[in-house]
Amino acid sequence: MVLKTDQLKPDSSEKALLQGLARNDKKAVETIYKDNYNLVQALVVNNSGTSDDAKDIFQEAMVVLYEKVQSGTFELNCQIKTFIYSVSKRLWLKRLMQQNRFSISDGHAESVSVDEEMEEHEKRDTEFTMMERAMNGLGEPCKSLLEAFYLQKKSMQEIASSFGYTNSENAKNQKYKCLMRLKKLFFSQYKNESL
Amino acid sequence: MEDIKLIEAVERYISGQMSPDERVYFEQLRKTNAEVDQMVFEHTFFLQQMNRFDDVKNLKATLNETHIHLGEKGLIKAPRLKGKAKVVYLYNRYKKVTAIAASIAGITALTISALVWSLSPGKPANKQDIENLSRDIRNINQKVSQVQKQNQVLNQKIDGVKDQAPAESNIPFITGGTGFLIDTKGYIVTNAHVVKDAQHVAVQSSNGKDLFAKVIYSDIEKDIAILKITDKNYKPVSSIPYSIRRNGGDLAEAIFTMGYPRNDIVYGNGYIASKTGYNGDTLSCQITIPANKGNSGSPVLNKNGEVIGILSKKENTVEGAAFALRSKYIFEAVNELQKDSSYKNIKLPVASTLKGKERTQQVNSISGFVFMVKVD
Repeated sequence: MVLKTDQLKPDSSEKALLQGLARNDKKAVETIYKDNYNLVQALVVNNSGTSDDAKDIFQEAMVVLYEKVQSGTFELNCQIKTFIYSVSKRLWLKRLMQQNRFSISDGHAESVSVDEEMEEHEKRDTEFTMMERAMNGLGEPCKSLLEAFYLQKKSMQEIASSFGYTNSENAKNQKYKCLMRLKKLFFSQYKNESL
Repeated sequence: MEDIKLIEAVERYISGQMSPDERVYFEQLRKTNAEVDQMVFEHTFFLQQMNRFDDVKNLKATLNETHIHLGEKGLIKAPRLKGKAKVVYLYNRYKKVTAIAASIAGITALTISALVWSLSPGKPANKQDIENLSRDIRNINQKVSQVQKQNQVLNQKIDGVKDQAPAESNIPFITGGTGFLIDTKGYIVTNAHVVKDAQHVAVQSSNGKDLFAKVIYSDIEKDIAILKITDKNYKPVSSIPYSIRRNGGDLAEAIFTMGYPRNDIVYGNGYIASKTGYNGDTLSCQITIPANKGNSGSPVLNKNGEVIGILSKKENTVEGAAFALRSKYIFEAVNELQKDSSYKNIKLPVASTLKGKERTQQVNSISGFVFMVKVD
């Protein structure tokens, strides 16, 4: 892959967008979405995909970008557009390869190497699926209870009253049991996966 | 230290809530006790995983909202919802509200018809120890009072929405069973008793969306019905992961099922207990599996992901005993249906892509193709 020398470096407004994305800021997400979706849709649709496929691929590419900015780097070595396009291309190529097709014809849009990002994303995507499975396997009220404590950062008193426990000590015990179950569900997959 | 206390300490350590003294003590403990150190490491990793999961889940939700929003405004080239996109959007938003409102209106009538239904003589021999698995109408009475309470609060909102929602949304879908796709174009098989006497039928997919459907074939005697999703919002799927077997399974063969005895999909597993059904009925086979009302019409699959039957009845006197209509009757029903030229193009899935996969993977792939069947 050749990097053109006249490739534009990301400017400050792009940096602000990436910072917004890292906070899951609606406005920033919308701007990036609006500016880049059509290009990716054209790529996918021109290579025997549907607009639904395009939506999946584009959104996954957004997740890859999100993962990247989550690590605190708001400086890409290229424009957001180039990054999203490159990632989308890789993702769609992978999807096609699963269907025994090996090449795609892209338009004239620039791309950069995203090997590292793809590798990291695959790992994270596996982890996401494992946590999703563990969470879904957990059942209620455990799932809501853990979400309330760990993700919504509610206090034990609040949790006790909203989940109908007589006191926060009981809620704490229940939370502990749920946590142990979730960890077991999660790590058992993790072990299977890494073998 | 007890485990629960230890985890609590680890969490306070990670989140920096420990006092300096405590922290020094805990760090000392970490150095001297490998188990504690390992636990801190593992728990930090786990909490990070949980947070990441939540972040990405939230981002995905934002992305989906954005997609719809930009699509509606025409700011991206995504195909727009046809016709009354706004109305559909509002309808989806207030679906629950309208459904509750509508059920109040329909509920009295339903209760009466439920009583008539439950008192009217069925098949005399089967009546006492066998029952169809339709979701329980008898519970409705209890629910009425709950619903009425909610209704007071919701009445105001409804007034605003009524005008905008399409007329169809006022159908009080109550009873139901399960059905599963047998053709990518939206043909679903279920039990005839699930959709018997239905005015309207809707199916709800695993993502909670209601899609309107109509009954295009029903055979009460065999207890099999075929529905066609007629909803504009239905997008044909590319392929169905499971296949339908022509011949039934073997005695003691391991089987599993997925259905909607409640609002979420429920998995059950068991085995073929007898090659015949109730009282030697050769249409079906007896299986041992946890089945509940609402499981009617669930696919019964073998370990290769081949549908060998449709869960249709359960026996009350024997715990765990249920009956499945043999899958070959799906072929018969489709053959019958294809005599009508407009249904010539139904194509049953012939090859299962689930062979050799882990059960969790199989279930994951199948769940999107199993629907809750709702009738009014």
